[in-house]
Amino acid sequence: MRRKDVLDLDDFSAEELHEVMETAEAMREVLSRPIKRVPPLRGKTIVNCFYEASTRTRVSFELAGKNLSADVVNVGASGSSVEKGESLVDTTRTLQALGADMVVMRHPHAGAPYLVARELSAAVINAGDGWHAHPTQALLDLFTVRDRLGSLEGRKVVIIGDVLHSRVARSNIWAFTTMGAQVVLCGPPTLIPAGIETAVAEGRRRRWGDGIQSGVQKEHAAVKVQYDLDKACQDADVLMALRIQKERQAGALFPSLREYSRLYGLTQERVARAKFGALVMHPGPMNEGIEIMPEVAYGAQSVIEEQVTNGVAVRMALLYLLAGGHGGRAV
Amino acid sequence: MVAAERPILDADGVRRALTRIAHEILERHQGAEGLLLAGLRRRGVPLAERLAALIQQFEGVAVPVGELDVTMFRDDLQTRGTRSSLQRSSMPQDVTEARVVLVDDVLYTGRTVRAALEAILSYGRPQQIQLAVLVDRGHRELPIRADYVGKNLPTAQGEQVAVRVQEIDGRDEVVLVHQEPASVQAPGVQAPGVQTQEAHSRGTHSRVAGQPGEP
Repeated sequence: MRRKDVLDLDDFSAEELHEVMETAEAMREVLSRPIKRVPPLRGKTIVNCFYEASTRTRVSFELAGKNLSADVVNVGASGSSVEKGESLVDTTRTLQALGADMVVMRHPHAGAPYLVARELSAAVINAGDGWHAHPTQALLDLFTVRDRLGSLEGRKVVIIGDVLHSRVARSNIWAFTTMGAQVVLCGPPTLIPAGIETAVAEGRRRRWGDGIQSGVQKEHAAVKVQYDLDKACQDADVLMALRIQKERQAGALFPSLREYSRLYGLTQERVARAKFGALVMHPGPMNEGIEIMPEVAYGAQSVIEEQVTNGVAVRMALLYLLAGGHGGRAV
Repeated sequence: MVAAERPILDADGVRRALTRIAHEILERHQGAEGLLLAGLRRRGVPLAERLAALIQQFEGVAVPVGELDVTMFRDDLQTRGTRSSLQRSSMPQDVTEARVVLVDDVLYTGRTVRAALEAILSYGRPQQIQLAVLVDRGHRELPIRADYVGKNLPTAQGEQVAVRVQEIDGRDEVVLVHQEPASVQAPGVQAPGVQTQEAHSRGTHSRVAGQPGEP
């Protein structure tokens, strides 16, 4: 992989996504060995900079780095010089001066990792920035679906709920459409960004031109909006529920959680409308009984736990590929 | 500058060498009990599978075959950068207490084998680890030797040994590749006409084992 940073997936070609997936498969095999530690990042230092709460992403990055024999340091907003008013760029420059080869960053503001990536020579991985992007979550979602269903070409992936505030949804749109899947966004009109279909199409066209990108059929690789979840579930291969972000619901974008749950909660009846063997996913943490019913979340079609497990392998793959991306010549 | 190929083993030669190695393995271990063949990616894997088929033919015992990608254990990752061509390894069973025979096409500096030793140990503690190679071309940089050798081939460091196997390259043969006219050539730099590492990592060309530190 010949890039310094991973900030979002809008600039990933299908080949690059395949490369990450294949490497992640090799990493998952490593995780199945009695000794899970491999040495490729020996002597490298990874700093996890988490300015926002996180369990699975932070722990999974930490494990991924340690499994590759890197030194991993965790920095949070509280207890660091951020409390003394140090700017983001100064903090990360300091981290680089202390010897960080890679910076993994979670930040409440969209674009923060981009700013840091521009200022540092170290590799920067976006671990979630505001509402904007969460590329490693999308990569592990992609990996999980590919692992279970094989090719993504022509698959129908339904992303349900609060798309407006969801960085997971945004990165997943790029990942799945680039692999040739059709993404259907379903939720209350107030939680679906206006004009997102054309925005995605325009974004793709600007990035890849009008031609067919890497063998991906243009007609598949598109986003559609559907406000009726019962209809959206029909013929779906993947049902992905998003978390209702109670902390971001100040503007009263829907009448009540009860009404939301009735209209957009993932129930067994709705899962039954999808294709036989369709996958149920959730990026976590879940509000059980609101966007997803417990019997669905822990049912036979749920791959939610696999998503978490695969997260370590996918992040190992990314760290491994980035470590060679700019330093040495990849032969 | 032309790359000339001198044939070392043809398809029959490869077959005879593998047959002999299979017999030697059985003789040394007094049978096939507890054996596990681990092929080193890429061309060690089909060779290991063929040895297993021969052993099955001679003894009627199915020997498990594993596949090892040793890239992550290489000692030149820091200087050469991590590679994209990382492939999945697989071990058919627990290696603890097994007698493992590593199988590779060419033994050169020994660095790949050192990486393979470390890789296999991440699966457990085998009772014994041995090494079988189709060609030993010398120029060792580490204290490593092969237990079973198909062909000992004295080479110059500027020369390259290409092992081609049916499963990957469409034919079985071993050739010595050398440049004409003799030119000063740094190891790792290849002349036109010789397949590059990039090319065969995509699986389209045969392996040229010429560069030190090549997997």
